[in-house]
Amino acid sequence: MNHGHTDCPAHRLAVAIVLLILPVTAAAGGKLIGTGGATQIEGAAGGGIVPWALLGGYGTEDENGATAFFSSVDTGDYRLDVIGAGFVWNNRVEISFARQDFDTGSLATAFPTLIAPDARIGQDVFGAKFRLTGDTIYGRWPQVALGIQHKRNRDFAIADAVGARNDTGTDVYLSVGRLLLAGLAGRNVYLNGTVRSTRANELGLLGFGGPDNDGRELVAEASAAVFLDRRTAIGVEYRQKPDNLAFADESDWSDVFIAWFPNKNLSLTAAWTDLGSIATLDDQRGLYFSAEAAF
Amino acid sequence: MTMARRFFAGLALALLTACAAPEPARDADLYSALGEHPGIRAIVDETLRNVADDARIVAIFADSDIGRLRTKLVEQICDISGGPCEYSGDSMEKSHAGLGIDAAEFNAFVENLRTAMIDLRVPESAQNRLLARLAPMREDILEKEERTD
Repeated sequence: MNHGHTDCPAHRLAVAIVLLILPVTAAAGGKLIGTGGATQIEGAAGGGIVPWALLGGYGTEDENGATAFFSSVDTGDYRLDVIGAGFVWNNRVEISFARQDFDTGSLATAFPTLIAPDARIGQDVFGAKFRLTGDTIYGRWPQVALGIQHKRNRDFAIADAVGARNDTGTDVYLSVGRLLLAGLAGRNVYLNGTVRSTRANELGLLGFGGPDNDGRELVAEASAAVFLDRRTAIGVEYRQKPDNLAFADESDWSDVFIAWFPNKNLSLTAAWTDLGSIATLDDQRGLYFSAEAAF
Repeated sequence: MTMARRFFAGLALALLTACAAPEPARDADLYSALGEHPGIRAIVDETLRNVADDARIVAIFADSDIGRLRTKLVEQICDISGGPCEYSGDSMEKSHAGLGIDAAEFNAFVENLRTAMIDLRVPESAQNRLLARLAPMREDILEKEERTD
Protein backbone atom coordinates (compact mmCIF):
# COMPACT_ATOMS: atom_id res chain seq x y z
CA MET A 1 0.00 0.00 0.00
CA ASN A 2 1.45 3.35 -0.96
CA HIS A 3 1.29 5.98 1.74
CA GLY A 4 4.07 8.02 0.14
CA HIS A 5 3.32 11.71 0.26
CA THR A 6 5.80 13.25 -2.10
CA ASP A 7 3.80 12.32 -5.19
CA CYS A 8 0.48 13.40 -3.73
CA PRO A 9 -1.00 16.49 -5.45
CA ALA A 10 -2.71 17.51 -2.20
CA HIS A 11 0.61 17.74 -0.44
CA ARG A 12 2.11 19.76 -3.25
CA LEU A 13 -0.88 22.09 -2.85
CA ALA A 14 -0.21 22.38 0.89
CA VAL A 15 3.40 23.33 0.26
CA ALA A 16 2.23 25.91 -2.26
CA ILE A 17 -0.25 27.37 0.23
CA VAL A 18 2.40 27.57 2.94
CA LEU A 19 4.82 29.25 0.58
CA LEU A 20 2.14 31.75 -0.48
CA ILE A 21 1.28 32.58 3.10
CA LEU A 22 4.81 32.81 4.51
CA PRO A 23 5.95 36.12 3.01
CA VAL A 24 2.89 38.06 4.22
CA THR A 25 2.97 36.96 7.83
CA ALA A 26 5.22 38.15 10.60
CA ALA A 27 6.67 36.14 13.45
CA ALA A 28 4.41 34.49 16.02
CA GLY A 29 1.64 36.71 17.34
CA GLY A 30 0.70 37.97 20.77
CA LYS A 31 -1.67 35.30 22.03
CA LEU A 32 -0.42 33.11 24.88
CA ILE A 33 1.13 29.79 23.94
CA GLY A 34 -1.38 26.94 23.53
CA THR A 35 -4.33 29.30 22.99
CA GLY A 36 -4.21 28.78 19.22
CA GLY A 37 -5.14 25.15 19.77
CA ALA A 38 -4.33 22.50 17.18
CA THR A 39 -6.13 21.84 13.88
CA GLN A 40 -8.93 19.29 13.81
CA ILE A 41 -9.48 16.83 10.94
CA GLU A 42 -11.80 19.18 9.03
CA GLY A 43 -9.30 22.06 9.08
CA ALA A 44 -10.72 24.26 11.85
CA ALA A 45 -8.71 25.27 14.90
CA GLY A 46 -9.66 22.79 17.59
CA GLY A 47 -8.61 19.54 19.07
CA GLY A 48 -8.34 16.41 16.95
CA ILE A 49 -11.97 15.74 16.03
CA VAL A 50 -13.83 18.76 17.49
CA PRO A 51 -13.70 22.36 16.22
CA TRP A 52 -13.13 24.79 19.08
CA ALA A 53 -14.30 28.36 19.70
CA LEU A 54 -10.74 29.66 19.63
CA LEU A 55 -9.20 30.73 16.32
CA GLY A 56 -5.98 29.22 14.97
CA GLY A 57 -2.53 30.68 15.29
CA TYR A 58 -1.36 33.41 17.64
CA GLY A 59 -2.61 36.69 16.19
CA THR A 60 -4.37 39.12 18.54
CA GLU A 61 -6.90 41.79 17.52
CA ASP A 62 -4.31 43.78 15.55
CA GLU A 63 -2.51 40.84 14.00
CA ASN A 64 -3.02 38.16 11.37
CA GLY A 65 -1.98 34.55 11.69
CA ALA A 66 -1.73 31.46 9.54
CA THR A 67 -1.46 27.74 10.10
CA ALA A 68 -0.65 24.65 8.06
CA PHE A 69 -1.18 21.11 9.28
CA PHE A 70 -0.93 17.43 8.56
CA SER A 71 -2.94 14.78 10.43
CA SER A 72 -3.22 11.04 10.12
CA VAL A 73 -5.21 8.34 11.88
CA ASP A 74 -4.78 4.63 11.21
CA THR A 75 -7.14 2.00 12.61
CA GLY A 76 -5.60 -0.97 10.82
CA ASP A 77 -8.66 -1.39 8.60
CA TYR A 78 -8.71 2.24 7.45
CA ARG A 79 -6.44 5.22 7.26
CA LEU A 80 -7.29 8.92 6.97
CA ASP A 81 -4.70 11.53 5.98
CA VAL A 82 -5.56 15.21 6.08
CA ILE A 83 -3.59 18.26 5.05
CA GLY A 84 -4.64 21.85 5.06
CA ALA A 85 -4.09 25.45 5.98
CA GLY A 86 -5.86 28.30 7.72
CA PHE A 87 -5.66 32.07 7.87
CA VAL A 88 -6.91 34.15 10.78
CA TRP A 89 -7.62 37.83 10.46
CA ASN A 90 -7.46 40.05 13.61
CA ASN A 91 -8.49 37.16 15.88
CA ARG A 92 -11.95 37.63 14.38
CA VAL A 93 -12.30 35.46 11.27
CA GLU A 94 -10.67 32.14 10.46
CA ILE A 95 -10.78 30.70 6.95
CA SER A 96 -9.48 27.22 6.33
CA PHE A 97 -9.05 24.52 3.75
CA ALA A 98 -8.54 20.82 4.35
CA ARG A 99 -8.12 17.92 1.95
CA GLN A 100 -8.99 14.51 3.33
CA ASP A 101 -7.67 11.32 1.78
CA PHE A 102 -9.44 8.23 3.10
CA ASP A 103 -7.91 4.82 2.40
CA THR A 104 -10.77 2.31 2.43
CA GLY A 105 -8.28 -0.44 3.27
CA SER A 106 -10.09 -3.59 4.40
CA LEU A 107 -13.46 -2.47 3.07
CA ALA A 108 -12.76 -4.10 -0.32
CA THR A 109 -12.74 -7.48 1.44
CA ALA A 110 -16.19 -6.81 2.91
CA PHE A 111 -17.67 -5.44 -0.34
CA PRO A 112 -15.62 -7.02 -3.15
CA THR A 113 -18.17 -6.17 -5.86
CA LEU A 114 -18.50 -2.57 -4.75
CA ILE A 115 -15.03 -1.42 -3.79
CA ALA A 116 -11.72 -1.92 -5.54
CA PRO A 117 -8.78 -2.94 -3.36
CA ASP A 118 -7.05 0.13 -1.92
CA ALA A 119 -9.80 2.45 -3.18
CA ARG A 120 -9.49 5.97 -1.80
CA ILE A 121 -12.12 8.60 -1.10
CA GLY A 122 -11.11 12.23 -1.22
CA GLN A 123 -12.92 15.21 0.24
CA ASP A 124 -12.30 18.96 0.35
CA VAL A 125 -13.50 21.01 3.30
CA PHE A 126 -13.77 24.79 2.96
CA GLY A 127 -14.19 26.30 6.42
CA ALA A 128 -14.90 29.67 7.98
CA LYS A 129 -15.24 30.59 11.65
CA PHE A 130 -16.27 33.92 13.14
CA ARG A 131 -15.59 34.94 16.72
CA LEU A 132 -18.93 36.36 17.85
CA THR A 133 -18.01 37.49 21.34
CA GLY A 134 -15.90 36.83 24.40
CA ASP A 135 -12.33 35.69 24.89
CA THR A 136 -10.60 32.38 25.51
CA ILE A 137 -9.01 33.62 28.77
CA TYR A 138 -10.02 37.13 29.78
CA GLY A 139 -13.16 39.08 30.56
CA ARG A 140 -16.59 37.95 31.66
CA TRP A 141 -17.60 35.81 28.71
CA PRO A 142 -16.12 32.67 27.21
CA GLN A 143 -15.23 32.80 23.54
CA VAL A 144 -18.21 32.07 21.31
CA ALA A 145 -17.72 31.34 17.62
CA LEU A 146 -19.96 30.45 14.69
CA GLY A 147 -18.46 28.26 11.99
CA ILE A 148 -19.30 26.61 8.69
CA GLN A 149 -17.64 23.71 6.90
CA HIS A 150 -18.56 23.27 3.26
CA LYS A 151 -17.62 19.77 2.15
CA ARG A 152 -17.18 18.43 -1.36
CA ASN A 153 -16.76 14.68 -1.71
CA ARG A 154 -14.40 14.03 -4.63
CA ASP A 155 -15.12 10.30 -5.07
CA PHE A 156 -18.86 9.93 -4.66
CA ALA A 157 -19.27 6.52 -6.33
CA ILE A 158 -18.87 4.50 -3.11
CA ALA A 159 -21.11 6.82 -1.06
CA ASP A 160 -23.67 6.76 -3.87
CA ALA A 161 -23.64 2.95 -3.89
CA VAL A 162 -24.33 2.73 -0.14
CA GLY A 163 -27.29 5.09 -0.35
CA ALA A 164 -25.99 8.63 0.28
CA ARG A 165 -28.14 11.32 -1.32
CA ASN A 166 -25.63 14.11 -2.03
CA ASP A 167 -21.93 14.56 -2.72
CA THR A 168 -21.75 17.98 -1.04
CA GLY A 169 -22.94 19.31 2.28
CA THR A 170 -22.45 22.23 4.62
CA ASP A 171 -22.09 21.83 8.39
CA VAL A 172 -22.87 24.82 10.61
CA TYR A 173 -21.63 24.90 14.20
CA LEU A 174 -21.69 27.08 17.28
CA SER A 175 -18.80 26.65 19.68
CA VAL A 176 -18.15 27.95 23.21
CA GLY A 177 -14.76 27.63 24.86
CA ARG A 178 -12.83 28.92 27.83
CA LEU A 179 -9.45 28.43 29.45
CA LEU A 180 -9.96 28.37 33.21
CA LEU A 181 -6.80 29.63 34.91
CA ALA A 182 -5.98 27.32 37.84
CA GLY A 183 -9.26 25.58 37.01
CA LEU A 184 -8.40 22.14 38.37
CA ALA A 185 -5.93 21.55 41.20
CA GLY A 186 -4.05 24.69 40.16
CA ARG A 187 -3.74 23.51 36.56
CA ASN A 188 -5.20 25.49 33.66
CA VAL A 189 -8.19 23.75 32.10
CA TYR A 190 -9.67 24.26 28.64
CA LEU A 191 -13.35 23.37 28.20
CA ASN A 192 -15.14 23.52 24.87
CA GLY A 193 -18.63 22.63 23.73
CA THR A 194 -19.75 22.62 20.11
CA VAL A 195 -23.19 22.07 18.60
CA ARG A 196 -23.24 21.17 14.91
CA SER A 197 -25.99 20.96 12.32
CA THR A 198 -25.01 18.34 9.75
CA ARG A 199 -26.16 15.77 7.17
CA ALA A 200 -22.69 14.25 6.76
CA ASN A 201 -22.05 10.50 6.81
CA GLU A 202 -18.63 9.72 8.34
CA LEU A 203 -17.56 13.39 7.96
CA GLY A 204 -18.97 13.42 4.40
CA LEU A 205 -16.56 10.73 3.17
CA LEU A 206 -19.69 8.59 2.71
CA GLY A 207 -21.68 11.50 1.34
CA PHE A 208 -24.58 13.40 2.83
CA GLY A 209 -28.05 12.26 3.85
CA GLY A 210 -29.45 8.79 3.36
CA PRO A 211 -32.44 6.48 3.59
CA ASP A 212 -32.62 6.53 7.43
CA ASN A 213 -32.50 10.31 7.66
CA ASP A 214 -32.12 12.88 4.93
CA GLY A 215 -32.45 16.05 7.00
CA ARG A 216 -30.11 18.06 9.16
CA GLU A 217 -29.42 16.78 12.63
CA LEU A 218 -28.03 18.63 15.66
CA VAL A 219 -25.07 16.82 17.20
CA ALA A 220 -23.03 17.79 20.26
CA GLU A 221 -19.26 17.70 20.58
CA ALA A 222 -17.16 18.37 23.65
CA SER A 223 -13.53 18.60 24.68
CA ALA A 224 -11.81 19.01 28.03
CA ALA A 225 -8.06 19.45 28.43
CA VAL A 226 -5.73 20.06 31.34
CA PHE A 227 -2.42 21.88 30.84
CA LEU A 228 0.22 19.99 32.81
CA ASP A 229 2.53 22.92 32.24
CA ARG A 230 2.70 25.91 29.87
CA ARG A 231 3.46 23.74 26.83
CA THR A 232 1.75 20.39 27.42
CA ALA A 233 -1.94 19.50 27.57
CA ILE A 234 -3.77 16.20 27.97
CA GLY A 235 -7.46 15.85 27.24
CA VAL A 236 -10.49 13.98 26.03
CA GLU A 237 -12.94 14.61 23.20
CA TYR A 238 -16.35 13.28 22.32
CA ARG A 239 -18.22 13.82 19.07
CA GLN A 240 -21.78 12.70 18.32
CA LYS A 241 -22.46 11.74 14.72
CA PRO A 242 -25.61 11.23 12.67
CA ASP A 243 -26.63 7.78 11.43
CA ASN A 244 -28.27 8.40 8.07
CA LEU A 245 -27.26 5.34 6.05
CA ALA A 246 -29.14 2.04 6.18
CA PHE A 247 -26.29 -0.34 5.24
CA ALA A 248 -24.26 0.31 8.41
CA ASP A 249 -24.52 1.91 11.84
CA GLU A 250 -22.48 5.07 12.31
CA SER A 251 -20.83 5.52 15.73
CA ASP A 252 -20.02 8.51 17.89
CA TRP A 253 -16.28 9.21 18.13
CA SER A 254 -14.01 9.84 21.09
CA ASP A 255 -10.33 10.21 21.80
CA VAL A 256 -7.80 10.91 24.51
CA PHE A 257 -4.94 13.16 23.45
CA ILE A 258 -1.70 14.78 24.43
CA ALA A 259 -0.67 18.02 22.78
CA TRP A 260 2.73 19.64 22.97
CA PHE A 261 3.45 23.27 22.09
CA PRO A 262 7.27 23.56 22.03
CA ASN A 263 6.90 27.12 20.74
CA LYS A 264 4.33 29.34 19.02
CA ASN A 265 5.34 28.02 15.59
CA LEU A 266 4.70 24.34 16.18
CA SER A 267 2.29 21.99 17.88
CA LEU A 268 2.35 18.19 17.92
CA THR A 269 -0.66 16.13 18.95
CA ALA A 270 -0.97 12.40 19.50
CA ALA A 271 -4.23 10.67 20.37
CA TRP A 272 -5.77 7.30 20.93
CA THR A 273 -9.05 7.30 19.02
CA ASP A 274 -12.14 5.15 19.32
CA LEU A 275 -14.06 5.51 16.06
CA GLY A 276 -16.52 2.70 16.74
CA SER A 277 -18.07 1.03 13.73
CA ILE A 278 -17.31 2.51 10.29
CA ALA A 279 -19.12 1.13 7.22
CA THR A 280 -19.88 -2.24 8.90
CA LEU A 281 -16.33 -2.76 10.23
CA ASP A 282 -16.48 -2.68 14.05
CA ASP A 283 -13.96 -1.68 16.71
CA GLN A 284 -12.08 0.93 14.72
CA ARG A 285 -9.46 2.15 17.17
CA GLY A 286 -6.08 3.55 16.45
CA LEU A 287 -3.40 6.14 16.84
CA TYR A 288 -3.82 9.69 15.61
CA PHE A 289 -0.98 12.07 14.98
CA SER A 290 -1.07 15.71 13.96
CA ALA A 291 1.52 18.40 13.37
CA GLU A 292 0.68 22.07 12.96
CA ALA A 293 2.89 24.95 11.97
CA ALA A 294 1.77 28.45 12.92
CA PHE A 295 3.04 31.74 11.57
CA MET B 1 -26.63 8.19 25.14
CA THR B 2 -27.01 9.01 28.85
CA MET B 3 -23.33 9.22 29.66
CA ALA B 4 -22.69 11.64 26.82
CA ARG B 5 -25.71 13.72 27.85
CA ARG B 6 -24.48 13.93 31.43
CA PHE B 7 -21.03 14.90 30.17
CA PHE B 8 -22.46 17.73 28.07
CA ALA B 9 -24.70 18.92 30.90
CA GLY B 10 -21.67 19.02 33.19
CA LEU B 11 -19.65 20.85 30.58
CA ALA B 12 -22.43 23.40 30.03
CA LEU B 13 -22.64 23.98 33.77
CA ALA B 14 -18.88 24.40 34.03
CA LEU B 15 -18.90 26.95 31.20
CA LEU B 16 -21.77 28.87 32.76
CA THR B 17 -20.12 29.05 36.16
CA ALA B 18 -16.89 30.01 34.38
CA CYS B 19 -18.61 33.19 33.12
CA ALA B 20 -19.90 34.24 36.49
CA ALA B 21 -16.88 33.08 38.51
CA PRO B 22 -16.50 35.17 41.64
CA GLU B 23 -13.10 36.60 42.62
CA PRO B 24 -10.98 33.72 43.92
CA ALA B 25 -10.91 33.45 47.69
CA ARG B 26 -7.97 35.11 49.38
CA ASP B 27 -5.89 32.56 51.16
CA ALA B 28 -2.38 33.10 52.46
CA ASP B 29 -1.64 29.73 50.90
CA LEU B 30 -0.68 31.35 47.58
CA TYR B 31 1.52 33.90 49.36
CA SER B 32 3.55 31.11 50.94
CA ALA B 33 3.60 29.08 47.68
CA LEU B 34 5.17 32.11 45.96
CA GLY B 35 7.90 32.14 48.64
CA GLU B 36 6.46 34.98 50.72
CA HIS B 37 8.14 38.40 50.51
CA PRO B 38 11.61 37.25 49.34
CA GLY B 39 10.05 34.94 46.72
CA ILE B 40 7.79 37.66 45.37
CA ARG B 41 10.70 40.13 45.23
CA ALA B 42 12.69 37.59 43.21
CA ILE B 43 9.75 37.02 40.84
CA VAL B 44 9.30 40.77 40.28
CA ASP B 45 13.03 41.34 39.74
CA GLU B 46 13.29 38.46 37.28
CA THR B 47 10.15 39.63 35.45
CA LEU B 48 11.51 43.16 35.11
CA ARG B 49 14.83 41.79 33.83
CA ASN B 50 12.90 39.78 31.22
CA VAL B 51 10.88 42.86 30.26
CA ALA B 52 14.08 44.88 29.87
CA ASP B 53 15.23 42.33 27.26
CA ASP B 54 11.86 42.19 25.49
CA ALA B 55 11.81 44.45 22.43
CA ARG B 56 8.03 44.05 22.18
CA ILE B 57 7.28 46.00 25.34
CA VAL B 58 10.44 47.53 26.83
CA ALA B 59 9.55 50.94 25.36
CA ILE B 60 6.32 51.07 27.39
CA PHE B 61 8.43 51.36 30.53
CA ALA B 62 10.77 54.02 29.13
CA ASP B 63 9.37 56.80 31.35
CA SER B 64 8.69 54.62 34.39
CA ASP B 65 10.44 54.98 37.73
CA ILE B 66 11.62 51.35 37.80
CA GLY B 67 12.44 51.44 41.53
CA ARG B 68 8.91 52.57 42.38
CA LEU B 69 7.38 50.13 39.87
CA ARG B 70 9.30 47.28 41.51
CA THR B 71 8.16 48.26 45.02
CA LYS B 72 4.52 48.62 43.94
CA LEU B 73 4.50 45.34 42.02
CA VAL B 74 5.91 43.44 45.01
CA GLU B 75 3.33 45.10 47.27
CA GLN B 76 0.49 44.31 44.87
CA ILE B 77 1.41 40.65 44.35
CA CYS B 78 1.90 40.27 48.12
CA ASP B 79 -1.56 41.80 48.63
CA ILE B 80 -3.49 39.73 46.06
CA SER B 81 -1.73 36.52 47.04
CA GLY B 82 -3.06 36.90 50.58
CA GLY B 83 0.14 38.24 52.16
CA PRO B 84 0.40 40.87 54.91
CA CYS B 85 0.52 43.86 52.57
CA GLU B 86 -1.85 46.57 51.41
CA TYR B 87 -1.34 47.79 47.83
CA SER B 88 -0.80 51.55 48.06
CA GLY B 89 -0.22 52.41 44.39
CA ASP B 90 -2.51 54.01 41.85
CA SER B 91 -5.45 52.12 40.38
CA MET B 92 -4.64 49.94 37.36
CA GLU B 93 -6.69 52.25 35.19
CA LYS B 94 -4.79 55.35 36.32
CA SER B 95 -1.31 53.83 36.28
CA HIS B 96 -1.74 52.55 32.70
CA ALA B 97 -3.66 55.52 31.29
CA GLY B 98 -2.25 56.82 28.02
CA LEU B 99 0.24 53.98 27.59
CA GLY B 100 -1.89 52.52 24.79
CA ILE B 101 -1.28 48.93 25.86
CA ASP B 102 -2.85 46.38 23.52
CA ALA B 103 -3.70 42.70 23.95
CA ALA B 104 -0.40 41.44 22.54
CA GLU B 105 1.64 43.73 24.83
CA PHE B 106 -0.38 42.66 27.87
CA ASN B 107 0.28 39.01 27.00
CA ALA B 108 3.98 39.76 26.45
CA PHE B 109 4.19 40.96 30.07
CA VAL B 110 2.33 37.82 31.21
CA GLU B 111 4.87 35.70 29.28
CA ASN B 112 7.76 37.49 30.99
CA LEU B 113 6.15 36.92 34.39
CA ARG B 114 5.47 33.28 33.55
CA THR B 115 9.02 32.70 32.33
CA ALA B 116 10.38 34.32 35.51
CA MET B 117 8.28 32.01 37.69
CA ILE B 118 9.31 28.94 35.68
CA ASP B 119 13.00 29.91 35.96
CA LEU B 120 12.58 30.44 39.71
CA ARG B 121 10.86 27.04 40.01
CA VAL B 122 7.61 28.43 41.39
CA PRO B 123 5.13 25.50 41.46
CA GLU B 124 2.85 25.33 38.39
CA SER B 125 -0.29 25.63 40.50
CA ALA B 126 0.97 28.77 42.25
CA GLN B 127 1.86 30.31 38.87
CA ASN B 128 -1.64 29.68 37.56
CA ARG B 129 -3.39 30.87 40.71
CA LEU B 130 -1.42 34.12 40.59
CA LEU B 131 -2.28 34.58 36.89
CA ALA B 132 -5.94 33.93 37.72
CA ARG B 133 -5.87 36.77 40.27
CA LEU B 134 -4.10 39.15 37.90
CA ALA B 135 -6.35 38.37 34.90
CA PRO B 136 -9.32 40.55 36.02
CA MET B 137 -7.00 43.61 35.96
CA ARG B 138 -6.52 43.28 32.21
CA GLU B 139 -9.66 45.27 31.46
CA ASP B 140 -8.28 48.32 33.29
CA ILE B 141 -4.77 47.94 31.88
CA LEU B 142 -5.70 47.79 28.18
CA GLU B 143 -6.38 50.91 26.18
CA LYS B 144 -10.17 51.18 26.03
CA GLU B 145 -10.63 50.64 22.28
CA GLU B 146 -8.38 47.59 22.52
CA ARG B 147 -10.66 45.74 24.91
CA THR B 148 -12.15 42.51 23.73
CA ASP B 149 -15.73 43.33 22.88
